[in-house]
Amino acid sequence: MSEPLFDYLLRLGDERLVLGHRLSEWCGHGPILEEDIALANIALDLIGQANLLLGLAGEVEGKGRDADALAYLRDAREFRNHPLAELPNGDYAFTMVRLFLLSAHAYCVLDGLRSSSHQELAGIAAKAFKETTYHVRHSAEWLVRFGDGSEESRRRVGTALEEAWRWTGTLFLADVVDQELQARGLAPDPAAAAPAWRALVDAVLERATLPPPSAAPLSGRGYRRGDHTEHLGHLLAEMQVLARTHPGAEW
Amino acid sequence: MSGPDAPADDAEAGESEWPLWEVFTQPGAGRPHEHAGSLHAPDAELALQNARDVYTRRGEAVSIWVVRSDAIVASSPSEAGPFFEPGNDKAYRHPQFYKVPRGVRSV
Amino acid sequence: MSQTTPDASRSPADEPARLAAFEARLAAGDSIEPKDWMPERYRRQLIRMMSQHAHSEIVGMLPEGNWITRAPNLRRKMGLLAKVQDEAGHGLYIYCGTETLGVDRRELIRQLLDGSAKYSSIFNYPTLTWADIGAIGWLVDGAAIVNQTMLAKASYGPYARAMVRICKEENFHKRQGYEILATLMRGTAAQRAMAQDAVDRWWWPSLMMFGPHDEQSPNSAELLRWGVKQRGNDELRQRFVDQTVPQAIAIGITLPDPDLAYDEVAGHWTFGEIDWAEFWTVVKGQGPCNRERLGARRKADADGAWVRAAAEAHARKQRERARSQAA
Repeated sequence: MSEPLFDYLLRLGDERLVLGHRLSEWCGHGPILEEDIALANIALDLIGQANLLLGLAGEVEGKGRDADALAYLRDAREFRNHPLAELPNGDYAFTMVRLFLLSAHAYCVLDGLRSSSHQELAGIAAKAFKETTYHVRHSAEWLVRFGDGSEESRRRVGTALEEAWRWTGTLFLADVVDQELQARGLAPDPAAAAPAWRALVDAVLERATLPPPSAAPLSGRGYRRGDHTEHLGHLLAEMQVLARTHPGAEW
Repeated sequence: MSGPDAPADDAEAGESEWPLWEVFTQPGAGRPHEHAGSLHAPDAELALQNARDVYTRRGEAVSIWVVRSDAIVASSPSEAGPFFEPGNDKAYRHPQFYKVPRGVRSV
Repeated sequence: MSQTTPDASRSPADEPARLAAFEARLAAGDSIEPKDWMPERYRRQLIRMMSQHAHSEIVGMLPEGNWITRAPNLRRKMGLLAKVQDEAGHGLYIYCGTETLGVDRRELIRQLLDGSAKYSSIFNYPTLTWADIGAIGWLVDGAAIVNQTMLAKASYGPYARAMVRICKEENFHKRQGYEILATLMRGTAAQRAMAQDAVDRWWWPSLMMFGPHDEQSPNSAELLRWGVKQRGNDELRQRFVDQTVPQAIAIGITLPDPDLAYDEVAGHWTFGEIDWAEFWTVVKGQGPCNRERLGARRKADADGAWVRAAAEAHARKQRERARSQAA
């Protein structure tokens, strides 16, 4: 059985890698120049965080794998990100809704993780917390503009919220890995973030004049066993193509 | 160009560019804010966020001001003479005008 | 907009006197600012040149953006994303500089999308391999830097200032591209072949970036007289070749020009003649990717219309609420 901290770091790292990758797909295709720049900033923050987290994961594992080996040479079944991160970008409403829900989640988790007894992890969490604060702010402002903007934006953001909401049911589940880390003072209880997250989400939805979504969240913690959507396979095929085609090559 | 009282027509609004804002950044504590450039934003909050993303990626600022371009009042070049020259020849406003005995410090 | 209202305090009869004064200012190396009087032709040339430059930065995001999702490791992924982001920023600085001349950015973008505005033809070539990203950084950004360093002294203040900011940020772009190729040339046989193939395809188009020979360039003479350009096309092209050939030699890349030879006496690298037929074909819109590039920009603009409109609708609602609260 692998070291729980290794699994935990993969979860954090994979999520940021996959979400950062999705956001980077917008580069050159955003709705306005200023947003191309903003999204690229957020993507860079996330990929940077992934680099640190996966790098630490490789050290903890102790088998000589670095961040690139973990990012570019694992199959979809070995990835530990939450499925919401891997869904296609959709329209800008879905992109912002998904970014908001996941950043708000990250914000609440990182808040607790800053006090991890693992010094390096605490340091990464502190840096990521500052960056994530901005991600929440930026995406929240868009939700408000979409909800309290035009007829069309309201319709689109409503649809996006219903779709994304289905995936949020599994954000706060704890398993043996989480319990073990909590016992060691390395990471907070995932469920502890739920009330703060809900409060944050409700506050933004209210500012956006949007009703809370009615979609019933899906259950299932399978993503921690590598049960993903079909989207992740395609994402990784594209992302990993060069590393796979030229094994051992340096770039 | 859409101003504060532009017609509330969605189709037309989508076609105009968001208003122009001027961005001023303060490179460090105690230094003055300098003009960094401009950008387009629909409102003040996004103007501030965009300014942060566009003009401070390389850590160039500790503070940002954004101002709508049409709120800026500027002096006119044709008035530059009467506007600025009288100040240039009032020597008594410059420290060099005053003679201080040699060796006296901090005056 | 008060920033751009031209100084209208004198009568049309002063025209020749004002023109003489303007040219004297240029000769003295003065900076022309937005509210200064300027000949209409100067204003038009600047709008054309600056907007074309801005369009090029934006369209330039596409060939490189094409490889962000396939960048081969995390460092390259972040480096490329940061570079493309910088290009968006550069386009933005220059559009805003152009707006000081009294034209709306929306109008400039409309000209790009309806095909009436030009942008640098180099971006109409496809990026077929990862090595193309290295070649673009090294050669295309390298050529752009030669041009931009000169433009940092342009006579129009807002353009020069945008260029100073851009030049500072460009440093890492060229270095990143060169490092990518250098790494490939130290790699596997397949990687070395990839690098050489990319340079074979990007070398000549990079030379074409400097435009036609000065005698065939309709705008050159005027732009030189007005201090918008300080050097001719051929001089800049020669400067680029002279600085680039040793860089190619240093990493073992062969430039695809059998006529390339060092002239000891002149102290320059002489090079072969550019295929001007290809140059004019691509400039006129029949390059390999012209349609794809514009198509991508049109789609982004169309898909984004509702987003821009929503933000404006929200801003309008906020203003109305503020007004009714104040009342």
